[in-house]
Amino acid sequence: MANTVELSIAKALNAGIRKAMQDDPKVLVFGEDVAKLGGVFRITEGLLDEFGSKRIFNSPIAESAIVGTAIGLAMRGFRSVAEIQFDGFVYPAFDQIVSQLAKLTNRSEGHLKMPVVIRIPYGGGIGAVEHHSESPEAYFAHTAGLRVVSPSNPNDAYWMIQQAIQSADPVVFLEPKRRYWQKGQVELDQPALGLHQATVLKPGTDVTIASYGPMVVTSLQAAEIAQAEGVSIEVIDIRSLSPIDFGVIVESVKKTGRLIVAHEAGTFVSISSEIAAKIAELCFYYLEAPVIRVGGFDVPYPAAKLEELYLPDADRLMEAVDRVMAY
Amino acid sequence: MVQFLNENGEFAVASKEHEIYAQFIRDLRESDFLKFYRDMARIRRFDNEATALQRQGQMGLWVPAVGQEGAQIGSGHAVGPNDNIFPSYREHGVAITHGVDLMSIIKMFRGVNHGGWNPYEKKFHLYAIVLGAQTLHAAGYAMGVNFEGKVATGNPEIDEAVITYFGDGATAEGDISEALLMAATTNAPLVFFCQNNQWAISSAVETQTKVPLYRRGEGFGVPGIRVDGNDVLACYAVTKKHMDDARNGLGPYLIEALTYRIGAHTTSDDPSKYRDAEQVAYWQARDPIIRFEKFLRSQGIGQDFFDEVQAAGDQLAAEIRETTFALPEPELELIFDHVYSEPHPLIEEQRAWLRGFEESLGGHTPTDDGENKVDYGGSR
Repeated sequence: MANTVELSIAKALNAGIRKAMQDDPKVLVFGEDVAKLGGVFRITEGLLDEFGSKRIFNSPIAESAIVGTAIGLAMRGFRSVAEIQFDGFVYPAFDQIVSQLAKLTNRSEGHLKMPVVIRIPYGGGIGAVEHHSESPEAYFAHTAGLRVVSPSNPNDAYWMIQQAIQSADPVVFLEPKRRYWQKGQVELDQPALGLHQATVLKPGTDVTIASYGPMVVTSLQAAEIAQAEGVSIEVIDIRSLSPIDFGVIVESVKKTGRLIVAHEAGTFVSISSEIAAKIAELCFYYLEAPVIRVGGFDVPYPAAKLEELYLPDADRLMEAVDRVMAY
Repeated sequence: MVQFLNENGEFAVASKEHEIYAQFIRDLRESDFLKFYRDMARIRRFDNEATALQRQGQMGLWVPAVGQEGAQIGSGHAVGPNDNIFPSYREHGVAITHGVDLMSIIKMFRGVNHGGWNPYEKKFHLYAIVLGAQTLHAAGYAMGVNFEGKVATGNPEIDEAVITYFGDGATAEGDISEALLMAATTNAPLVFFCQNNQWAISSAVETQTKVPLYRRGEGFGVPGIRVDGNDVLACYAVTKKHMDDARNGLGPYLIEALTYRIGAHTTSDDPSKYRDAEQVAYWQARDPIIRFEKFLRSQGIGQDFFDEVQAAGDQLAAEIRETTFALPEPELELIFDHVYSEPHPLIEEQRAWLRGFEESLGGHTPTDDGENKVDYGGSR
């Protein structure tokens, strides 16, 4: 019988990081407020008591230093799990992430490995002030040398954080903050998937909706609504934004002929743009309708009282379903 | 300012406070002095040859370090065998003190690769082009040394320190402030070595700072000292003292070596547009190599030695030229190799495509088995 436990995404991340720290004494955790407090979302709660201040410690409020020192520690053989407190606070570290972390393995022709995980709670829906609700994934997915992933459920949170820490390459690990408290079964014995595999969460025959992170739950909701209306939707959790596991999407689109890609980020030059272009190339003769992108708008993330209008919900997905079904 | 050799090459300890540094000079032997001179002359010759190669179109760019040999050779020789060096991009002199193959620097500026030397081999890390970025890597590395307990054990076989190099212009970058802070709060065994060559391309040092640079660390808790950067002995002694202290657990220190960029910022620069010939002449009269030659001659070193160094320089220049001309073009594979450490489907797809495309033109000979299989992902 499978060894499973029910956890929230937050608790699953905590358990996954704890397991990684137990398994490898070179794993370090740092960032703003991660030690005694356990981070503003409590993801690293309790780790200080178990591992002590040489394994988990608070960084000064200096994001470039957080990533820059993670790089130096990687050169010394450590595996850092660095927390950036909120999505909108990652930009002071942009040079260290895109020009240093992402490129040092290439610059050194493989002599330097960069096993660094940058954890970023991302996305909106929590009624926050500016800079606390953004979706910066496209910046990082566009940068060669980085891997970018986002779990959507507790089981993936538990396993993907461990796989990210084990990776020899830098991983930007995007945590869907409004889903932190979403619960689900976590299988403790072995992961079902690799870090960079996409997966079909719900099979269907008429339309494929591919999404990731916080939008996966929304996509499943839309699939339920559509079912009641007699439209069969296949839901794909992309899980990895760089690289993207196009094989799973291609197989699905060959079956359904219709693809909607959904995320919170604005759609202009986005993950969905890339998927739409690639699917047009790979599935041209299978498509019954153009690939439709559903996302936020290409504006600064709005004030909290307006975020419901900004964030795509099941109704907005259904509007897109109607459009692709009309072809 | 710590200075032991004045511009005439006369040795003196100007103040009692500098005695703590002077002792390291007294520990040196004649062979050390000769090594310092040889290395300064060698790197000057190399530098001039590299500029000539750039002018002949053999390199896209060259970054001369002429005038900074005292700061680089003096400090470089004070770095111990266990210590790690995180340079900026003008540290050719520091590189030779640790046996780095000068051709790897030529290759980088020729555009054969982005550096590519093994940083673990000589403990001399890759050149960093974004100013100040390497100081945070050095801080992280030094934090790691602390975590491993390889500081202040009292065993010179075990204890380690780290040194990072940067210029006056780079001090304006936020990363250097953050690195000073990280090193201070973690008591990291890290020496910050600032070569103040007084010019950041066309901007004078006054653009970058309102306080003397050796005092830049004070607010972060990192004490500092200014040393005459054109006095190889003072640079050696001050660096030796603070690397020893860092290894012994006394934490970070900032050294400002006051020197002068005699040449251009790079071969693309024209300093005659922004600085006076008088200023350059003033500093040429304080040339670190001429100054040290005067000192050596006053110590009885004869013309034979200087002739020998001159001949060695000619030989080095000839070797550098020959080797540069013979450098092979990089392989197509280098574009895709090492973008990631682990397999990545997009990289392999694009590699296969370019191989096939080049093959169709009869150009590059692909090195794969001809399979060119495209994987859409999910490989891991």
